[in-house]
Amino acid sequence: MALGKGLYAKTMTGSLLGLEGESVVVEADLSPGLPSMTIVGLPDASVREARERIRTAVTNGGFSFPMKRITVNLSPADVKKEGTHFDLPIAICVMAASGAVPAETLKNCGFLGELSLEGNLIAIKGALPLAMGLQKQGIRDLVLPQGNAKEVSVLENLRIYPAGNLSEVEAHLAGTWPIERYLERPRKPTTGKRTDVVDFAAVAGQEGVKRALQIAAAAAHNILMVGPPGAGKTMMAKCLPGILPAMSYQESLEITKIYSIIGEVPEGRGLLWERPFRSPHHSVSAAALVGGGGRPKPGEVSLAHHGVLFLDELPEFRRNALEGLRQPMEDRQVSISRVSSALSFPAKFMLVAAMNPCPCGYLGDALRRCSCTDHQIKQYHSKISGPLLDRIDLCVEILPVGFSDLTGGSQVKPGIKNSEALRKEVEAARSIQIERYTKEGISCNAELSYELIKKYCSLDSAGTELLRTAFEKFGLSARGHQKILKVSRTIADLEGSGSIQSVHVAEALRYRNTLLRR
Amino acid sequence: MYLDLGAFGEQAAASYLEKQGYHVLERNFSCRVGEIDIIASLGEIIVFVEVKTRKNLNYGLPCESVTSSKKEHIKKAVRYYALRNNLFQNDFRLDVIEIYIKGEKAYIHHMEDAFR
Repeated sequence: MALGKGLYAKTMTGSLLGLEGESVVVEADLSPGLPSMTIVGLPDASVREARERIRTAVTNGGFSFPMKRITVNLSPADVKKEGTHFDLPIAICVMAASGAVPAETLKNCGFLGELSLEGNLIAIKGALPLAMGLQKQGIRDLVLPQGNAKEVSVLENLRIYPAGNLSEVEAHLAGTWPIERYLERPRKPTTGKRTDVVDFAAVAGQEGVKRALQIAAAAAHNILMVGPPGAGKTMMAKCLPGILPAMSYQESLEITKIYSIIGEVPEGRGLLWERPFRSPHHSVSAAALVGGGGRPKPGEVSLAHHGVLFLDELPEFRRNALEGLRQPMEDRQVSISRVSSALSFPAKFMLVAAMNPCPCGYLGDALRRCSCTDHQIKQYHSKISGPLLDRIDLCVEILPVGFSDLTGGSQVKPGIKNSEALRKEVEAARSIQIERYTKEGISCNAELSYELIKKYCSLDSAGTELLRTAFEKFGLSARGHQKILKVSRTIADLEGSGSIQSVHVAEALRYRNTLLRR
Repeated sequence: MYLDLGAFGEQAAASYLEKQGYHVLERNFSCRVGEIDIIASLGEIIVFVEVKTRKNLNYGLPCESVTSSKKEHIKKAVRYYALRNNLFQNDFRLDVIEIYIKGEKAYIHHMEDAFR
């Protein structure tokens, strides 16, 4: 005896694994029996809840929900599925199995989207990586919510059909009212100029610090600023995005993927073209800083990928949070291991840290007396471990702003460069580095390894002599020696000089760590 | 007034279904796992009906008293019925009919596909 005539349909969607989207096949089978709907294939709570949304959305969309025993399978069935973007593919698959939409139109078409009870499509998180995963599987057509169209439009060879609700998708598949293809492409802004940050020209005095920040920006060196309260550490750090070099297409894509996962790509924006600037408060937990959680999410270090991670009041951060930075700073990515899976988030960031020289803030001040005891100062400095300090290339001391700097009137003093001029120099220095390191797989001086330093940072005889004297006089360590070489390379690049000269070494020596010497 | 209010309501529901074009197959089907008030067919679909009758609304609407455990009992009974009668090709539907009796009049509210 024949047991039931199976009604069947299948289509494609995706699932997120860390930063990568993997394709998922959705199958629906309708068989006679008690009406019910079961979703198998390791769905988590958010996917299982889709049942109720789908049933009401289909009914409210003006279609009849099949009075059958419905089995939905998400394959590969051994990978956990989470997220609300399964609503639309499951709904479409069930409708196709029941004959409400032609099943053959689902071939080679991917679906992403969350449904409201009304049947409207709601924008989802992680649309970009999901779409990339589908593209890898050879999917050429993608139906998704209108709110995600711009974000996904950066992908070439993918036809995007943004839909507002379930009925539109049905009409599109049935061919009665095809959805217009989304043809807009995000364009790279012609200028890298930032209008949303304070200009460096607005900062009174502090030319030495500005110079140090420019060097740091030119090669993504980590930098530490030490100075009394009110000297302008925070303000200058906030000016920094204005002098960072523009991002390449590839870099923008990586950043946008990360922000897509946490659902923070601003509506109406395609790629993120500006380098991110993250400044977490010092109460941040270790997991929030480096990423993690039961279902691993990118942390601040990944959100600052290709940009700046600014830690104000460095010693106030939790010890375990700061120590968690060591591995991502070394490997330039965060590896998160769970029993079920191991994944990694990129974390190529530039660390900018600011702190006071002592708890009261006036250690070394010419006029004010520091009221801290030796023990307090020691305690304060001990909060920053040696290994972390070792990874900071530049250290700069900030002095209080002089009165004459503050009272210059509104006109900018001659010889003071604004952010745009500084950025142009940074841009030039960065392109020299990119060109030099094309074969090495790195993009800037901060990433130079021990071998590469030997290869690219050779000094002339005067420079070698100067460094030898400094090494002996200041008692530099091996790592300190390498940092000086890296920084001198960057200074030489900023000057457009092919070889490192003794003046470059001399300047680099100024930025060695003096205050927190142990 | 009535000897058995439930039986009266089921009678009213059955004649209402017949009038609507249903074919009543069985009434008061009962087995170890549960009971079904009315089993009817409408074309290829087999409809299982739970009837609830009330004379006043002091304790809420009739349909509100179909609790989740009652639904589970009905579902089990449906599975048993389907197995015993070899109903493997048919679609099933679970309905609730609530009947509110006021004086000489009976108000019938038929909820198709009331639960799954």
